[in-house]
Amino acid sequence: MIALRVFSLVIATAAMGGLSGCATTYNNPKDPFEGFNRAMFAVNEGIDTVALKPLAKGYDAVAPLPVKTGVGNFFGNIRDVWTALNNLLQGKVGDAASDVGRVLVNTTVGIGGVFDVASEMGLQKHEEDLGQTLGKWGVGDGPYFYWPIIGPRTTRDTFGWVADTAADPVWHVDDIDVRNTMVGVRFIDMRASLLPADKVVEEAAFDKYSYIRDAYLQHRRSEIYDGNPPRERLED
Amino acid sequence: MKSLFSLLFGVFLLASPAVAQELGPDALIKKVTEDVLTVVRQDKEIQSGNSKKAIDLVETKVVQHFNFDHMTALALGRDWKKATPEQKKRLAEEFKALLVRTYSNSLTAYKNQTVVYKPSKLQGNEVDVLIRTEIQQPGNKPVQLDYALEKQGDAWKVYDVVVAGISLVTNYRDTFAQEVRAGGIDGLLQMLVNRNKQLENGKK
Repeated sequence: MIALRVFSLVIATAAMGGLSGCATTYNNPKDPFEGFNRAMFAVNEGIDTVALKPLAKGYDAVAPLPVKTGVGNFFGNIRDVWTALNNLLQGKVGDAASDVGRVLVNTTVGIGGVFDVASEMGLQKHEEDLGQTLGKWGVGDGPYFYWPIIGPRTTRDTFGWVADTAADPVWHVDDIDVRNTMVGVRFIDMRASLLPADKVVEEAAFDKYSYIRDAYLQHRRSEIYDGNPPRERLED
Repeated sequence: MKSLFSLLFGVFLLASPAVAQELGPDALIKKVTEDVLTVVRQDKEIQSGNSKKAIDLVETKVVQHFNFDHMTALALGRDWKKATPEQKKRLAEEFKALLVRTYSNSLTAYKNQTVVYKPSKLQGNEVDVLIRTEIQQPGNKPVQLDYALEKQGDAWKVYDVVVAGISLVTNYRDTFAQEVRAGGIDGLLQMLVNRNKQLENGKK
């Protein structure tokens, strides 16, 4: 129900943004729908200011560090299953095996994933998703989008995100209340972990929209190459 | 005679750090990082968000190891060639002020992080290297922090800082290019000056 209302708000704003967007010409080839995206960005900034950021700040202030760590670990453990599968799809059999080992260790010794015992044992955490897998397979970025709620995604990563979400065990919890609580807590925990970056972005960016867009594109490129992207020669 | 000898010896001791072997790029990153963290760990004011003190720390310990001309050139891309020497000088000054402030403020977010230095396979004859580190923090996944360095004479200078795959320098490219298209090099310079003034006055 709330989602529906947010959605209609988004459509209304998009219509307005689309109209005003015509007045300015954007010409970034990576971002052909910049007018639409900027409107969505404004929507998200609004939601963030009135709801998400205050909630995240409250959570950050109230929850003691062990609780926050436990929450992050718990959802991280669920994600590791999907990471393992994607590592396998990318041909990284060793990493996939290590991820499976992580899930086994953390679910049992780590009491349902609350403690990340595997990292202490030297099984390094990876983060993979279908967007990265498709990227590794050679699928290009496609046009950049800024979606309400979920934020920046390339076209490829948007499709990846749909599959990631469809495969996400949290969305398959039968009890609706439990499911919604879990989705909510995970989202707020994620937002809280980004709080320290807020000030840096506010100060560093001349135009927050394009700063975030360019940072997202660089970050995803790095992720697809597992942190070792070929260095671009930039002296031109 | 004896006192002259000890005087000369004293002078030699004082002068010797200057002629000491310059650190390799990996050792340099490690030393500067640890020097800065040692101060931050003990300084409650920096930890509680005192930007001025953080900037002072960066000014005294960090900036001499950075090549801001090169950083500015990277951020401007092909527009750099359009700038006059005087414009280049001013652009580099302003961009430096902005980067120092941004970097310093990230220090005020310090909370028990530790830095792990990834082994770098150096042959010893490189002139351009990437040194990798990882910031580890309890309850969060580690953040990759890499430095690109180049050799200038005997010393190594940082010309790019890459956080989680995001170059703090080239992330400005599109914004800067757009501004140069709209208002020329002087327009970009004015934009940088205005932003630094705003930040200086503590208001965004």
